Amino acid sequence: MGQPRQPHDPRGALVRPYAVTRGRTEPQRDIPIEAVLVASQANVQEARFAGHDKYRIALLCEPRAQSLAEIAAYHRLPLGVARVLVADMVADGLLALHSAAPRQGFAERMDLLERVLSGLRKL
Amino acid sequence: MDFASSERAGAQPKEITSAKIVVAGGFGVGKTTLVGAVSEIEPLTTEAVMTSASSGVDDASKVPGKETTTVAMDFGRITMADDLILYLFGTPGQTRFWFMWDELIRGAVGAAVLVDTRRISDAFAPLDYFENRHLPYLVALNCFDGAPRYEPEEVREALAIAPHVPLIMCDARHRDSVKAVLVGVVEHAMATLVEEQGRGFPATVG
Ligand SMILES: Nc1nc2c(ncn2[C@@H]2O[C@H](COP(=O)(O)OP(=O)(O)OP(=O)(O)O)[C@@H](O)[C@H]2O)c(=O)[nH]1
Ligand SMILES: [Mg+2]
Repeated sequence: MGQPRQPHDPRGALVRPYAVTRGRTEPQRDIPIEAVLVASQANVQEARFAGHDKYRIALLCEPRAQSLAEIAAYHRLPLGVARVLVADMVADGLLALHSAAPRQGFAERMDLLERVLSGLRKL
Repeated sequence: MDFASSERAGAQPKEITSAKIVVAGGFGVGKTTLVGAVSEIEPLTTEAVMTSASSGVDDASKVPGKETTTVAMDFGRITMADDLILYLFGTPGQTRFWFMWDELIRGAVGAAVLVDTRRISDAFAPLDYFENRHLPYLVALNCFDGAPRYEPEEVREALAIAPHVPLIMCDARHRDSVKAVLVGVVEHAMATLVEEQGRGFPATVG
């Protein structure tokens, strides 16, 4: 559990990529590539019944928060496919979607920039 | 890699904010090297299908007539706190697809455009791109061994970089140097935000 480097998916990243989403290409909501997702242990249990791909995603997001980009990369899914699956899981309560950086509001944006700056300085 | 838990059962789930910085530049300028120098994970790659339709990435399949391409982007991660993560996204070197990147820079804190001083003209396309976007960016000259040493001001002139755009030297292989680039991006983003606020135009980023 929690081992993000999965063996190469034999379906391949580009072989009929939308087969895993049953042909759907439109996510239920637009999720930024850097937004992170978290699964609780209860979510993981529930996701067992949601199909292989969703279960693997829940397992990945349980030990620590993972961005949409990380989910796509570790599971070798094209970004668009990962986005459809993740959006479904958020809608079904199988993953918690956290926030990307605020794009509006001076105080909110400045606060984030200050926190990122101090994080970088501590590196 | 660390898999330390901050969201284990029992702990109150905390809202996690994630931010991104984009690392751009022509083919082979050192984007992946730069990301890898500070990332806590080996840089990862993900593929996105892009289309020239204005809706941006990933809906290529439903518009058969449109130009589409699959681009790979690299990224790295810096977990700054249990509620703050910074991602660094490297754009693909192939600049003819730059017009498709709007969706991927949306919401970014800012960008660094890497320039290889041995092939300065490769920087024209990425610089053109950022000049026409609302995203704070700086130019970082990646100093390859044996590359001609230019004065920063010579490069600024050669690339017609606007005076308000910071220009710094770096070595993409060195963590401290990359840290300085990223600090520069964030400081420039702050200065831009303050200036816009002063002018009364706090525009949406990206
Ligand atoms: N001497 C020196 N070599 C560097 C530096 N940065 C990168 N390199 C080398 O240049 C080569 C290309 O670097 P990459 O980081 O792969 O460049 P990239 O921009 O990601 O390349 P693409 O993704 O193919 O566009 C690698 O062999 C690096 O080791 C640097 O600052 N100095
Ligand atoms: Mg690269």
